[in-house]
Amino acid sequence: MINPMPWYLAGPLITFVMISMLLLGKRFGISSNLDTLCASTGIGSKISYFNIDWKKNTWNLLFVLGTILGGTLSVTVFDTGYGKISPATIKKLNSIGFSEQKNSLLPVELYGEAATSFSGLILLLIAGFLVGFGARYAGGCTSGHAISGLSNLQAGSLVSVIGFFIGGLLMTHLILPILL
Amino acid sequence: MKQLQFLFLGVVFGLLLAKAEVISWFRIQEMFHFHSFHMYGVIGSAVILGVLFLQVLKKREQKTVGGNAINYAEKPLRVSANLIGGTFFGLGWALTGACPGPLFILLGQGYFPILIVILGALLGSLVYGMTKNYLPH
Repeated sequence: MINPMPWYLAGPLITFVMISMLLLGKRFGISSNLDTLCASTGIGSKISYFNIDWKKNTWNLLFVLGTILGGTLSVTVFDTGYGKISPATIKKLNSIGFSEQKNSLLPVELYGEAATSFSGLILLLIAGFLVGFGARYAGGCTSGHAISGLSNLQAGSLVSVIGFFIGGLLMTHLILPILL
Repeated sequence: MKQLQFLFLGVVFGLLLAKAEVISWFRIQEMFHFHSFHMYGVIGSAVILGVLFLQVLKKREQKTVGGNAINYAEKPLRVSANLIGGTFFGLGWALTGACPGPLFILLGQGYFPILIVILGALLGSLVYGMTKNYLPH
């Protein structure tokens, strides 16, 4: 097993999932589940945006449940270890206070003990807020815009992906270095 | 029972994203530092193949397995929403190291602090729903 799974396998497999969804009559996109989960609380009676028949989207909630199971399988039955991160990236991260993780996909500086402090909790909450608010505002995330949308040659998806990179580069190069 | 096929596809998707490590905060950093081709290869090859397949499906007027026309559900271009929303999303993506799919896959891997991020994402969706009419689109 090569770690990580090479891009020339992973990319086509993602396409396979997207095409399978289309042939089953659904559109591949994860972040709309955030709306569905909000709507399932019954908040639609107060906020019209969530006044949707959320039960029509159970297929997508099942998809998300599947991804959780897939995650569990990947560290149990199919645990194959991790690949190396680019030394240049590690060097850069070390210089701004992040340490390399041998057996973790997330940095301890954000998700370790830091997450139990008040400021650490708030930071993760804000980070999540940006992901959820941004995805719904833009009308999709990496799956709905970058994969489904670009595959369908949608101009709005291209503009969104440009936005993803503006935000990502700003965070990586301007904000993260002064965060810790 | 028919809906179990989506559960199955979710498992495949979760497993493959985990093994390709695109759910790794460190891989996202590699990408935004342009230090590795990996993420670009994953997304790029998925999109290029996707474009080709969709052209073929459309040309053949391919139906769904249920015999209906495929709904490509094209999302309209809304420059302000796409650009501003996209930028917010990118800020969050680079900070958390996870977009919505990976959030749930990481949860499945046992990274429980990610629940706070998921809660934040739900709040973000909630606030968007409340403020939608006041935001430029």
